[in-house]
Amino acid sequence: MKDVRATPLCEMRDMQKAFGGIRAVDHVSLELYPGEVHGVLGHNGAGKSVLMKMLSGAYRRDGGQIFVEGQEAQIDNPRDARKYNIETIYQTLALADNLDAASNLFLGREITSSMGFVNDPMMEAETRKIMSRLNPNFRRYHTPVAGLSGGQRQSVAIARAVYFNAKILIMDEPTAALGVAETQMVAELIGELKRQGIGIFLIDHDIHQVKLLCDRASVMKNGRLVGTVNVADVTEDDLLGMIILGKMPDQAR
Amino acid sequence: MTDTPSTPAADAQPNEPTRLKRTFFQTLELDIRMLGMVGAFVLISVGFQILSGLRNSGGANPIDWLLNGTFVTPRNIFNLTIQTVSVAIMATGMVFIIVMRHIDLSVGALLAFASAMMAMTQTLVMPGWLGIPLGSAWIAPVAIVVGVITGMAVGALQGWLVGYLTIPAFIVTLGGYLVWRNVAWYLTSGQTIGPLDQNFQIFGGINGTLGEAWSWVFGAIAVAVTIWAMVRARRLKVAHDFPVKPIWGEFLLAAVAVVLVFGFVWILNSYEVPTARLARDFAARGETMPDGYTTGYGIPISVLVLVVVAVVMTVVAKRTRLGRYIFATGGNPEAAALAGINIRMLTVKLFMIMGALAAISAVVASSRQTFHSNDIGTLDELRVIAAAVIGGTAFAGGIGTIHGAILGALIMQSLQSGMAMVGVDAPLQNIVVGMVLVIAVLIDTFYRKRAGV
Repeated sequence: MKDVRATPLCEMRDMQKAFGGIRAVDHVSLELYPGEVHGVLGHNGAGKSVLMKMLSGAYRRDGGQIFVEGQEAQIDNPRDARKYNIETIYQTLALADNLDAASNLFLGREITSSMGFVNDPMMEAETRKIMSRLNPNFRRYHTPVAGLSGGQRQSVAIARAVYFNAKILIMDEPTAALGVAETQMVAELIGELKRQGIGIFLIDHDIHQVKLLCDRASVMKNGRLVGTVNVADVTEDDLLGMIILGKMPDQAR
Repeated sequence: MTDTPSTPAADAQPNEPTRLKRTFFQTLELDIRMLGMVGAFVLISVGFQILSGLRNSGGANPIDWLLNGTFVTPRNIFNLTIQTVSVAIMATGMVFIIVMRHIDLSVGALLAFASAMMAMTQTLVMPGWLGIPLGSAWIAPVAIVVGVITGMAVGALQGWLVGYLTIPAFIVTLGGYLVWRNVAWYLTSGQTIGPLDQNFQIFGGINGTLGEAWSWVFGAIAVAVTIWAMVRARRLKVAHDFPVKPIWGEFLLAAVAVVLVFGFVWILNSYEVPTARLARDFAARGETMPDGYTTGYGIPISVLVLVVVAVVMTVVAKRTRLGRYIFATGGNPEAAALAGINIRMLTVKLFMIMGALAAISAVVASSRQTFHSNDIGTLDELRVIAAAVIGGTAFAGGIGTIHGAILGALIMQSLQSGMAMVGVDAPLQNIVVGMVLVIAVLIDTFYRKRAGV
């Protein structure tokens, strides 16, 4: 059942992370291939977010290795992850509410003039360009993002991940705060990114959504990997069984 | 960027009703909050002018009161500006501190420490230990460098304790509040040190002013720079096809700026140097003073220092990554960390900036009284925090402006000296200032709720 199209875009081998005595991630290995949407499922506290945060550099791993395009990657902080074109859309969106859309989009990677000053007009122009693609109705470029709607904030967070030529994209419940139309928009975007050969880790609680969007899905329970399946080969009930009972479906065994 | 409550109407969806309600101020892209503060300042000034006029002239004619007041006079405005400078300089740094959700209670004590170091450098170390003669041109610059290094070193230490060892800033700087003034006391054995170097004293206000001609030159340069900045900003917007204000709005704002700058210069130039002092100056140069000769003081050097500090700090806040990161971290520390910002190092830099500004304030404060004393800068930490907060810096972090803090310092100082002028009792003065502080924050809270920022 392993996909053998190419070397994995990203491979996490034997990842471990403990908080106090609790093993949040316990010897988990995953691969992500170019153009693949890889669902990461599990209950709250199953360890999926912690696993993804080790990849994005937000947490430092206790053990394990990360390979990007076959080369071992040293990821100890978010800056490192960005260097390997790993971009993350956090569930909390991780936006500075007091800054406007452009400042958030370029936070940590500002465009500067030759004298080292931040070039706000340039950043705003770039923001307008990408937002016109992602969310054509977006107009509020000078408002602090605190004043935006949930969907608008989400589109700023997505724009930030997409703008910097992500190769590996981590999406932590990207549609949790969205309405129907906006969810559809995200689904279309995921399809488009997939066609560009970007690999996507998608954390989602909505099984239906996972069936619709994902190629493969990995299920975690209590920090351990239950298994990875081809989504096309299993039913929604099979996936639920993996999440709740922690056992692999019969036909995938 | 963060501070202006923006102009929602300018960006609103076309179908939103706010589009129709574009007000005059929104068209000019003016910060309503800022206008409110300017209004409050004008109100305070006119109020004290009338009250002091009433004391001076009596009678029942309000016009007489206005004309006979002593608050809005060149002399009082001159004094007001030089009294505000020290607190205002530190308030610009306190904006950054509070924006990043910290506090610095040690600035008054740090000012005293830097002042002691500078005073000892110029009266003991350089003349005594190094044999540089008193009055040497080297003394003032070296002393100032020593002071600024002292301030930055203490700031770095406190920033390291806050950022890397994660001790709350309140505790670290409360400790600093007790430590640094007494380090200064220990170094100076509690003695008052003075008189300070003559060149050093030019930063003290009345002992160092530009004079009439150079004040006009400064005003002209300030106006030219302002207009250049406005033209440049507009050109950049046009180049990117962003919406711009109507051209009449630009001209109106430029005209206001010109009137304000030249008006300020004119007022300070109208404060005349006493004839006796002029005669002394002429005599010192071996000349005789022509009959009827008068001249004004012009802009104090200390005010020039404040202007430079204000411009630099505003540029840091709005045009540098450092400033952007300080505001981002204040708005959402977690988001800033996930964006790869090194918050620990940023905290060290933050407190170093505050330390440097406390040292610059120490230059102004000690040269104004022409000596170093142990109690210099006492209670300044509270005035500085109050100025920043009255100026619109939000304690929740992420929001604040440099110009607001300076205006806040000016409002506090004018309240205090205005009340002293009209003979309000000392305890009442503090009661009023305390209430103004709380009410200012209350108004701010309401305003932010309504504006949704």
